[in-house]
Amino acid sequence: MREFDYRRAPDVTGAVALLAADPDARFLGGGTNLVDLMKAGVERPALLVDVRELPLDRIEPADDGGLRIGATVTNSDLAAHPEVRRRYPALTQAVLAGASGQLRNMATVGGNLLQRTRCGYFTDVAGPCNKRVPGSGCPAVGGEHHNHAVLGASDHCVAVHPSDMGVALTAFDAVVSYETVDGPGELPLADFYLPVGDTPHRETALPPGALITGVTLPPAPVAAHSRYRKVRERASYAFAIGSVAAALDVRDGVVREARLALGAVASRPWRARAAEAVLTGAPASGDTFAAAADAELAAARPLPDNGYKVTLMRNLVVAVLTELAEEAAR
Amino acid sequence: MAPASSSTHSAITLNINGEKYPLSVDHRTTLLDALRERLDLTGTKKGCDQGQCGACTVLIDGRRAVSCLHLAVAAEGREITTIEGMAEGDRLHPVQQAFLDLDGYQCGYCTPGQICSAVAVIEEHAAGWPSAVTDDVRPEAGPPPLTAEEIRERMSGNLCRCGAYVSIVQAVARAAEAHEETTKEASA
Amino acid sequence: MTTATTGRTTVKGAVGTAHTRVEGRDKVTGAARYAGEIPFADLAHGWLVLSTVARGRIRSVETGPVLDMPGVLTVLHHGNAPRLTTDYVGMLGIPDPTAALFQHDRVPHVGWPVALVVAETPEQAREAAEALVVTYEREPHDTALVAAHPDAYAADGHMPAVTEKGDLEAELAASAHVVDAEYTTPEEHHSMMEPHAATARWDGGRLEIVDSNQGASWVQSELAKLFSLDESAVRVRSEHVGGGFGSKGVRAHQVSAAMAATTLQRPVRVVLTRRQMFSLTGYRSPTVQRVRLGADPDGRLRALEHRSLNQTSTVYEFVEPSAGVARVMYDADAHRTANHVVRLDVPSPTWMRAPGEAPGSFALEAALDELAERCGVDPIDLRLRNEPETGPVSGLPFAGRNLAACFREGARRFGWADRDPRPGLRRDGRWLLGTGTAAASFFAGAGPSTALVTAEADGGFTVRIAAADIGTGARTALTLVAADALEVTPERVRVRIGDSDFGPAMIAGGSMGTRSWAWAVTAAARELRERLALGTDIPPEGITVRSDTTEALGALAQKERHSYGAQFAEVAVDTATGEVRVRRMLGIFAAGTIVNPLTARNQLVGGMTWGISMALHEEAVRDRNTGGHYGPDLAGYHVATHADVPLVEADWVEDHDPDDPVGIKGVGEIGIVGAAAAIANAVWHATGVRHRSLPIRPDRVLSAGTGASRA
Repeated sequence: MREFDYRRAPDVTGAVALLAADPDARFLGGGTNLVDLMKAGVERPALLVDVRELPLDRIEPADDGGLRIGATVTNSDLAAHPEVRRRYPALTQAVLAGASGQLRNMATVGGNLLQRTRCGYFTDVAGPCNKRVPGSGCPAVGGEHHNHAVLGASDHCVAVHPSDMGVALTAFDAVVSYETVDGPGELPLADFYLPVGDTPHRETALPPGALITGVTLPPAPVAAHSRYRKVRERASYAFAIGSVAAALDVRDGVVREARLALGAVASRPWRARAAEAVLTGAPASGDTFAAAADAELAAARPLPDNGYKVTLMRNLVVAVLTELAEEAAR
Repeated sequence: MAPASSSTHSAITLNINGEKYPLSVDHRTTLLDALRERLDLTGTKKGCDQGQCGACTVLIDGRRAVSCLHLAVAAEGREITTIEGMAEGDRLHPVQQAFLDLDGYQCGYCTPGQICSAVAVIEEHAAGWPSAVTDDVRPEAGPPPLTAEEIRERMSGNLCRCGAYVSIVQAVARAAEAHEETTKEASA
Repeated sequence: MTTATTGRTTVKGAVGTAHTRVEGRDKVTGAARYAGEIPFADLAHGWLVLSTVARGRIRSVETGPVLDMPGVLTVLHHGNAPRLTTDYVGMLGIPDPTAALFQHDRVPHVGWPVALVVAETPEQAREAAEALVVTYEREPHDTALVAAHPDAYAADGHMPAVTEKGDLEAELAASAHVVDAEYTTPEEHHSMMEPHAATARWDGGRLEIVDSNQGASWVQSELAKLFSLDESAVRVRSEHVGGGFGSKGVRAHQVSAAMAATTLQRPVRVVLTRRQMFSLTGYRSPTVQRVRLGADPDGRLRALEHRSLNQTSTVYEFVEPSAGVARVMYDADAHRTANHVVRLDVPSPTWMRAPGEAPGSFALEAALDELAERCGVDPIDLRLRNEPETGPVSGLPFAGRNLAACFREGARRFGWADRDPRPGLRRDGRWLLGTGTAAASFFAGAGPSTALVTAEADGGFTVRIAAADIGTGARTALTLVAADALEVTPERVRVRIGDSDFGPAMIAGGSMGTRSWAWAVTAAARELRERLALGTDIPPEGITVRSDTTEALGALAQKERHSYGAQFAEVAVDTATGEVRVRRMLGIFAAGTIVNPLTARNQLVGGMTWGISMALHEEAVRDRNTGGHYGPDLAGYHVATHADVPLVEADWVEDHDPDDPVGIKGVGEIGIVGAAAAIANAVWHATGVRHRSLPIRPDRVLSAGTGASRA
C-alpha cells in the first residue's frame, strides 16, 4: 500500500471539490472494499476523502410511498429500518444475506453500489485482468470461472458484480442521486452500470469525481410481497453463486405485476425484464414461472465450467416465484 | 520518527475502552495495527487482515466492526471497545464467563473477536434486528426468538477453525438468557 | 524450609472430571499473548516476497530502488542471505527445503520465497516488498494432478508404500458383489486462525525465537541444525498457539526472521499474510483414490484394494498415506493397498489433521456404503461382519478394538434402527433428507519426551515440559495428570509449556502430544512424590525431578493400538439449488482415558466440524495456466462457519487397555476420520446419487440431480 493523504470531507460540496482537485483521490465510506483493495495493491489512491460523517445517513419515507436512503446509511441500518422491512422486505433480506454483521455495520449504501468484483484475477495484481489493467487480457475465460458470468459478459471480462443489496434495488427501480462540482444529478440503477463490452474497466455511468448522495426507491406496492434468496457455497458469510430478488402481485390467480432481478450472473445486478414480460398477465403457475425463467436465460452464454448457473437460476426463479404465489394465495 | 502531521501521517487521539490514546499514525495504519503494534492492545487478533475471518472484531460506537478494514485515522472521534475493555475489573463480562465455563474456544485466537461479536449480537437482537434466517422480516412480525439457528447466522462473520462453534453457540445462548433476565429485572 | 505434603487422603482424582482451561481467563480477556504480540524494543519488521512464476530461475532481484525507500533496512535474497545446512535428518526426517530460504536461484512453484524486505514499520516493509522487482527465467510447468499421471510412483513416507496378500483379481472374480470406484479429494489448507509469526533476536550469544509452533524443542533442534548452531545456542518459546493442525513446524517465518536478526543484529518479526500461508505453510495434497471391494452375498469381504495418489513438490517427497486406513480397519482374503505420489511444480504438502486417514476414510467408508447397498446389508452390520481378529496387514493383536461398542451406542442414540435404507424417500419442504454412517480409526502412538516436575518451597508444584497447547487443552490436561500423579489438587499445580529450555519433547501432532507428555509428567511426578514421601525438606530452589520416556516407550509391547469411532450424520439436500446442509451429527468414540471431558469433547466435535467443512466446503483452486492459486484467502477458500454447523454431539465408550501404562489415546484427529464419508453417505441416502468427489458443491449436486430423475 502506498502512502496517501487523508481528509475528512467537511460537507458534500467540499467533498466533491477535494476529489475534483486530485485525479488519484477516492472517497472513503465504510472502507470494507476500498481498504481491502488498497492492501491488495489494486487501488493506489493518493488521497482518501472520508465521507462517513457527511449528513447523508438518513432514511426518509417519501410522501408518495417511496423511500429516500442516504448514501452513508450503513447496510445494517438499512436492513433494520421498519419502513424498508415493511415496504421492501426483499431489500432487507438481500442486505442481511450479504457479508457479516461486522461488515454490514461498516459498509454503506453508496459504497455497496460501487463495490468491485471479487473475481480472483481482478484482485491478484501479479497477473493480467482487463478490468484492472485495460488490454492485459482476461485469464478467467480460459481459467477458473465456475462463479463467473453467464449473462451480458464479453470475451474481455466475465466477472460478476458481488452485491446482494444491488439486486433488490434493481428490482425496485432505484434511482441513484449524486453530486459533482457541476451540481447534482440522477441515474436510474438500470442505467447506472455500463455494459461490459470491450471496456470492463469502465463500470458505471457516474461522471468523474461524482459522490453518490443517496438512493431513491419509488413507491412500489408490489414490493411489499417480495423475497430475496441467495445460494452460496457455505450457509453464510459467502458471496452468491446465484441469487434472486422477486416481487409478485397475484390477484385471482393472475400475475398483475412482477419484479425480478438476478444476482451473481452478470457484471451488474441483472434486471430480468424478459421474464417480467412473460409473467405479467399470465396465470401464476409453475409453467408460467418456468417459461419466464427460460425467456430470461435464453440469452445465457455459459463458459465450460459455469453452465450449472443456468440450471440454478432457472430453478431458483421458479422456486422463489412459487413461494411468493403460494403466499399470495394464503 | 515521522512528523506529527503531514500529508501521509496524522496526529490523532483514539478513545479506547474509555481511555484516550494520543499517537501519530501513518495513514496506512489500520485500527487493528494501531491497537496491536502501537498501543500494545494485542487482544484484538489478526487472522486474515482482509475482513474475511472476524478475529479483529471490536466495537466502534457500540457496534461491531472489523478493525482490519478500518483505518486508524478514520477512527478518531469514535468510541472503541476492545476485548480488553469487556470485563469490569476482575468481573468478567457474562459473555466472557459463558465462553470460559462452556469451553467456547480452543486455541483462543478467534475468541476475542467471537466475544466482541457475541456482545453485539445480543444487543442487535434486543434492538429487534432481523437476520438472514428470520422467516418474516416485516416489523409487524415482531423480533425473532434468539434460537440456536439465529445465533449461528448472526455469528457467522467469525470463523473458528478449531471448530468450537457448538460450544460458542451454547455460550452465546447462555449469555443472552442472562442478559434477558437482567433486562427484565431492570425494567421490573 | 517447608516439608512437603501431598495430601494423599483428601484428593479425589482430577483426571476424568471436567475442568475449564487453566489459561481460559487469559484467552477470554485478550491477555493471552501469541507469537506476534510480545513487545520488543527496537523491533524491525520483515515482509516476504514470493515468486510469481511456477518454475524457473531468478534472473535478478532489483534491490536498489527498494533500499532507498523510507524505513527499509535490508533486503535478503539468494545472493546475500546466510548459508544454511540442509543435509541432516531431524526428528521427523529430512527437512523440507521450502524452509531453507534464499539458498539458490531455482523457483519450484508459485509462491516460493525469493526475498525478505526488512523495514522499521510493517507498513514500510509491506510497501517495499510490493515494490521489489524480481525478474525470472520461466520454464514450462505441470501443476495438474491426474489419475494416470505418467510420473507417479509408489512411495513409502512414514509407512510402506505397498502391502499385498492373496490373489486380488481371482477374489474379485469370485465375489457376488463388487464395488469399483474412484474418489477424489481436493487440495485442503489448515487455515488455522493465527498466521505463522516469529520474532527472532540474539540475546547474550543465543538466538532466541518467539514463535507459534507445535513443538518448541523440535523447532529449536531444526533451527540449530539449519544455522549450524549448537542446540544450547538456540531457544524457542511458543506459549500460546492459535491453531496448528500439522502446519506449524519449521517454516519461512522463523528462518527469515533469524536470518534478518543475524544480519541486522536487532530483533526482527516476520508474520505471514493469509495469502502467503497458502504456498508457504503446507497443505493436504489432493488425492485420487481407487477402491475395489469384492464380497460374498452376506457382505463378507473377499477382496479389498485401496490405491491412492497424491501430489508433492519437486523439492520434497510428502506422502499422504490414504491407503493406510484399510491396513488397520478391514481384512479380506485378497488385500492390497498402495500409496503413490507424483512430483509437480507445486508447494510441498504436509501433515494436516489426520493425514491419510481423513481422505482415505472418505474413499474407503464411502465404498463400504456402496457395498452395503449392493449387498442389501445394513451399513453398520456390514462393518461388524468384517471386524478383523488381528491387524489385517501386521497380524498383530489389537490392544482393544472397541469399534462395535461405538456403533452400538451410536446407533441407539442416533435412532439408526428406524432407518429405511432406500434412498430419496424423505422430504421436508424443499429439502430431501438422508442419514449416513461411517467408521473411524486413528493410530495411538507416543514419542519420547522429557519433563521436569518441581516441588516448590511454597507447597506448590511446577511442571515444565516443552509441550504445545495448540487449542487441544494440553496445558489443562497435563495439570490434571500431574495433580493425580502427585496426589494433590490441580490448584496446586502450575504447568509451564512451550519453551525449548525445558528439554526435548514430543510435538503436538499425530494425536500423540498429550499421551506422550502425560507419560513423561506422570513418571517425573510419581518419582517426586515418592521422594517427598520420605519427608524430605524442600530447599528454597525446590526439588526437581526429571523424566525421560525414551526407554519406557521402547519397552511397550508391539500391538495394534488405535482409537475408534462411529460417525453418524443427517443431511438435507435441495436438488433444485444444490445446497446441502448437515442437520445433526453424532460421533461415538473409543479413545482411551478421557483426561478432561470438557476439552476432549470440544476436540472431538471440532474434528467432526472439520468433517463437515471437508465434505461440503474446502477446496483450494489452482489456475492451470499460471500454476498458482485462484483466490487464496478465506473468502476464496471456504471453511465451515457457524451457520454450517448444527448441533454436533460427541461422546465416548469405556476404552481401557491394561497393557498401556498411560491409557490416553489422543482425541485430536479421530473426530475428522470418517466424518466426510458419513455426510457423503447421507447425501446418497437423501438423493440416491453418489458423490465421490469432495467437496459436495452446489454445482455438483445440481448437475447430478437425483437418482430418480436419472433413472
